[in-house]
Amino acid sequence: MAIAPAPLFDALLLAQFGGNIRLDARTNILLGSVMGILIVAAIVGMALRRQPESTASPAVVTTFNRRVWAWWMMFAILISGFLFGYVATVVLFGLVSFWALREFITMTPTRRGDHRTLFWSFFLFTPLQYFLVGWGREAYSLYTVMIPVYASLFVPARIAISGDPKRFLERVAKLQSGLLICVYAVSHAPAILDLELTTADGQPWVLGTAAASAASSSPESSVVANGKTTGKGANSAQTKKSAESKAAAGTSPSIGAATPAPRQIFGSNAGLLFFFVLIVQLSDVFQYMWGQLLGRTVIAPQINASRTWEGLIGGVLSTVLLGILLSWATPFGIVWAGPIAGLVALAGFAGSMTMSGIKRDRNVKDYGTLVSGHAGVLDRIDSICFAAPVFFHITRFFFSNIG
Amino acid sequence: MKLTVSVLAITAKLISGATVRWHECQPDTCQRIYFANHTSHLDALVLWSSLPGPIRDLTRPVAAKDYWGQGAVRRYIARQFNALLIDRDEIKVHQSPVDMMIREIGLTHSLIVFPEGGRNTEEEMQEFKSGLYHLSKKRPDLELVPVYIDNLNRVLPRGEFLPVPLLTCITIGPPMWLEPKEPKNEFLKRARDAVRRLKDL
Repeated sequence: MAIAPAPLFDALLLAQFGGNIRLDARTNILLGSVMGILIVAAIVGMALRRQPESTASPAVVTTFNRRVWAWWMMFAILISGFLFGYVATVVLFGLVSFWALREFITMTPTRRGDHRTLFWSFFLFTPLQYFLVGWGREAYSLYTVMIPVYASLFVPARIAISGDPKRFLERVAKLQSGLLICVYAVSHAPAILDLELTTADGQPWVLGTAAASAASSSPESSVVANGKTTGKGANSAQTKKSAESKAAAGTSPSIGAATPAPRQIFGSNAGLLFFFVLIVQLSDVFQYMWGQLLGRTVIAPQINASRTWEGLIGGVLSTVLLGILLSWATPFGIVWAGPIAGLVALAGFAGSMTMSGIKRDRNVKDYGTLVSGHAGVLDRIDSICFAAPVFFHITRFFFSNIG
Repeated sequence: MKLTVSVLAITAKLISGATVRWHECQPDTCQRIYFANHTSHLDALVLWSSLPGPIRDLTRPVAAKDYWGQGAVRRYIARQFNALLIDRDEIKVHQSPVDMMIREIGLTHSLIVFPEGGRNTEEEMQEFKSGLYHLSKKRPDLELVPVYIDNLNRVLPRGEFLPVPLLTCITIGPPMWLEPKEPKNEFLKRARDAVRRLKDL
């Protein structure tokens, strides 16, 4: 792999941590650095709030702090999901979707006749979509059509049965796009966790073998082997323990570790999901920064006055660079990580523009201020909504074993 | 008892996702009449849940007996949130709702009332019924607090029994009183405007 300057560092990168989602050391390095950045951001935010108004405009400070807070929330959701497993991650993303749909529908006017259809959208299609995603990759053919086909057919039929013809097509479209953006698209993010990742040439995404890390006999990895929750892991831990007690009689402990066949260490899907969320969020930041620095040509003033071509180009290029720098956390390799990150940035941009369009149409500035005091989940995940399916399908088609 | 009350209040908050805004008005345990627009069966429950705990314990929503008195579940919930059930069909002279309210609140409790009478299906609020006027005529010391409930009619419209969990907003406005010698119609119009003004905040 690209980054392996010293054997010790190599071993560190290959260490594995228990739970039913593999969190390898690479992921942990990624998580750790992001957490460090977030801590710094939170401290900066607190310091900014104490500044007099002349040095820091309160509106900018509030926006900054709100963003940092939202990132902490995302971080917490991802981490707790990783710690409690695939199903937990799916459930948490399901709750995010539910809340986003809530904001979406609250903002779009509906009529009395839509009530029952709304009910089924919230309490049947949203849970069903996440149930199918939670089922895993075998259910791919179902969760990939559930909302675009079946919910999209159900919605107009149910509204028609309710008997209110007024602005029929408009009402149908509102509900369909709400489900598509808030539920269907977002559900592709946790689905990344259940892909059988491969590298570009179709080989399993293997970072190395366990023998390599055992050879360096870092105490960290042996502790982790004991903590593994899977039956297989527990067995090997036991054999290791008995081997070690034998070893106390005189043989060197390294023999005990060497007895099991060298185990392959696969790359971590959790790390890949984290990589995805990270580049989407940072591409937003990059676009904002470049827009502030160089922004001249506004793309669509009536839709969003702050999105400029300069910001977009600068943001996408910076994201490409970031993708390359973080390629060690993905199966894409240095060559493909950049273009994929760029595509994700473009899709995220498309998402932000679409959501701005909807907001301008409804005359609301933020989903958050729509009902004051709420965090405005949709404001924060608009780019994820559009980028998740793109990232998922690229990864699934080119970098996973479809079988 | 205390536990079911909390569970009920939390459930109501979760379903309605209500944001509560106190506008030129502070939560207080003094005796008040909260009067609000009426758009959904959930109005009384949600407004009551959105009050801070200590105030909630002292506040009794006035609710329609023909809805909340029907069936064991509704009766149970109504009892839990300490509702004052008013029989809308059978208003007797010697047992007028206003007298009953005054008797029930004594010198400690507050009330939640919906002066529009029935639930409103139109966009615009209906004219207020005179109950609020008679109430404050008899007890001029009570603070009258206008409340605007936004979007709750979409959560549970008339004739539906399954709620859709949209986000609602409750705005509690500055207290008002019945002015000495204020005519009934003027007062009711003023009260209605006080509620309507909160909509645009």
